[in-house]
Amino acid sequence: MSIFLTDKSRVLVQGITGSEGSKHTRRMVAAGTNIVAGVTPGKGGREVDGIPVFNSAAEAVKETGADTSVVFVPPRFAKAAVIEAIDAELALAVVLTEGIPVHDTAAFWAYAQAAGNATRIIGPNCPGLISPGQSNAGIIPADITTRGRIGLVSKSGTLTYQMMYELRDLGFSTCVGIGGDPIVGTTHIDCLRAFEDDPETDAIVMIGEIGGDAEERAADYIREHVSKPVVGYVAGFTAPEGKTMGHAGAIVSGSSGTAAAKQKALEAAGVRVGRTPSEAAALMRETLPAR
Amino acid sequence: MDLLEHQAQELFAKHGVPVSRSRVATTPEEAYAAAAEIGGRVVVKAQVKTGGRGKAGGVRLADGPDAAREVADAILGMDIKGHTVHKVLITEAGDIDEEYYVSLLLDRSNRSFLALASREGGVEIEQVAAVNPAALARLQVDPDAGLGWEEALRLAYDAGLPDDVRDQVASVLVRLWNVCRGEDATLVEINPLAKLADGTVLALDGKVTLDDNARFRQPGHPQYVDVTATDPLEVRAAARNLNYVKLDGSVGVIGNGAGLVMSTLDVVAYAGEQFGGVKPANFLDIGGGASAQVMAGGLEIILGDPDVRSVLVNVFGGITACDAVADGIVQAIGMLNELGETVSKPIVVRLDGNNAPQGRKILAEAALPGVISSDTMDGAARLAAELAGKGA
Repeated sequence: MSIFLTDKSRVLVQGITGSEGSKHTRRMVAAGTNIVAGVTPGKGGREVDGIPVFNSAAEAVKETGADTSVVFVPPRFAKAAVIEAIDAELALAVVLTEGIPVHDTAAFWAYAQAAGNATRIIGPNCPGLISPGQSNAGIIPADITTRGRIGLVSKSGTLTYQMMYELRDLGFSTCVGIGGDPIVGTTHIDCLRAFEDDPETDAIVMIGEIGGDAEERAADYIREHVSKPVVGYVAGFTAPEGKTMGHAGAIVSGSSGTAAAKQKALEAAGVRVGRTPSEAAALMRETLPAR
Repeated sequence: MDLLEHQAQELFAKHGVPVSRSRVATTPEEAYAAAAEIGGRVVVKAQVKTGGRGKAGGVRLADGPDAAREVADAILGMDIKGHTVHKVLITEAGDIDEEYYVSLLLDRSNRSFLALASREGGVEIEQVAAVNPAALARLQVDPDAGLGWEEALRLAYDAGLPDDVRDQVASVLVRLWNVCRGEDATLVEINPLAKLADGTVLALDGKVTLDDNARFRQPGHPQYVDVTATDPLEVRAAARNLNYVKLDGSVGVIGNGAGLVMSTLDVVAYAGEQFGGVKPANFLDIGGGASAQVMAGGLEIILGDPDVRSVLVNVFGGITACDAVADGIVQAIGMLNELGETVSKPIVVRLDGNNAPQGRKILAEAALPGVISSDTMDGAARLAAELAGKGA
């Protein structure tokens, strides 16, 4: 088992005919992902590498039984694309798009809630998720790690890759990049809950960064609900107040959202926090229960 | 992007939020003319993007045009918490009876927007929230449906606002939502919202933060980018679409991915503790692809920073393998040399991930003077910090 994405997942790609969409579709297929359909409005009937393209997500679902969507649609069309995925009753929508106005994200999140929260949204502005050896939905490089029993959840793409690579001999059940925007659909807590319930995950790495209070809330959740060992890492100790550090959500506002506060909250919840990614990886090696 | 008060006022007025009559002045003479036009007593307010203007002496009353000129002369050029005052706002000074607080803001935790109102305005709202949380009424706003009149009225009631202003405040709240939604803002705040002696309500001071991601549908917003208040290196980097933030240390940092670069800054600062407090000089994320051109553009910005004494290039090869990245670095330095920019500062390169050994081999074979390969992020950071410490 894995969380959210398995070898049973039937994936469709929204924006498959775009340059990023088609390039990464090929990579996902090479990583073993079962891609059953693509969607680009107005380009239905075509094929991309033998994958049928449909005009709408609803049509693609009806024809192929797709249950997961990977969204490569540009920012100005992203809201409509996600709403389409929700309307098509897909179980999972992975929104990779960077640069979506936060009013649009808030709107599609509210729409998903109103629709009964049947579609899990991951992202936006995220690298997606991978269950190594089973399926890859997004742009995470598939060949830098192996299958194993660590669960990974991170706001940052490259720190996800760094950690996957450092612990590649131990391997991962699922790695989820939840994204660096101020509003994301799936949170650290959602992933912690799923990893706690996943019999194939023995330990969890949680990577956070400055901005918001998601890590503090995750710390509270860990204290109450997570029995598996958690190792943490937080980026952005040196970030100055009021400056956005790359990710739209990575900003310290006044005294809120600092890395120090996040580290403190995690440590108070019993999480061992590394000072560098390598130190966090070393802590995981010490922590992982012997198999 | 945070706006100046007068820019916030401009957006308020555009959406029908009542504001006081005001003029912007950049010289004492303009302040004189503005005060003469407005008439009567005026307030002269420093336009800077930081709090505590009043305490710093950046907000002062003037009894007429002559006084306004004198006060503006004192305020213009003033330094308030590191921000130089280039403009003042001259506004009419009304007779204020009461001061309230209203705002709409992005609520990250609830993945929605929040409307706030309080009858305790004119003070820091964080303080109100901490000392007397009951005085701050909150209401979650549906991002699609927006804030309706009934809801706004309810919020004004919950905030304990007096009967005679409740309707006016509700109307301000509805219009404030229109600012928030219409302008793609993540924060719109009026503090204080004043009730004047004649019973009318108007915004005396405001804050607006705009969402940079919405620039594609907000053609009016680029005019608010304040180039004078931005570091010149940041301006140059922005012109090349580079994600760069100037910091105050001496190790230039380039990496791929926001999280990895943020982490690199921290690791440099930790390592720097051993070398007399060496710190990172900047944040620069060149993104996933890391092509030779982008790498060259980034290196050029960083090498052009006089504060930089050593450079750390920290790249994780994921989709782009490290041999391609190494080629990019070699080409980038070649391009800089061709442009006549001698690369004299040491550059520590750490490549990890896909094809890392091949990448390091390419760098070794190129044998570029000053370029040193390092295998680990922690080791590379230590070396870059040490080199910057020596150069000091």
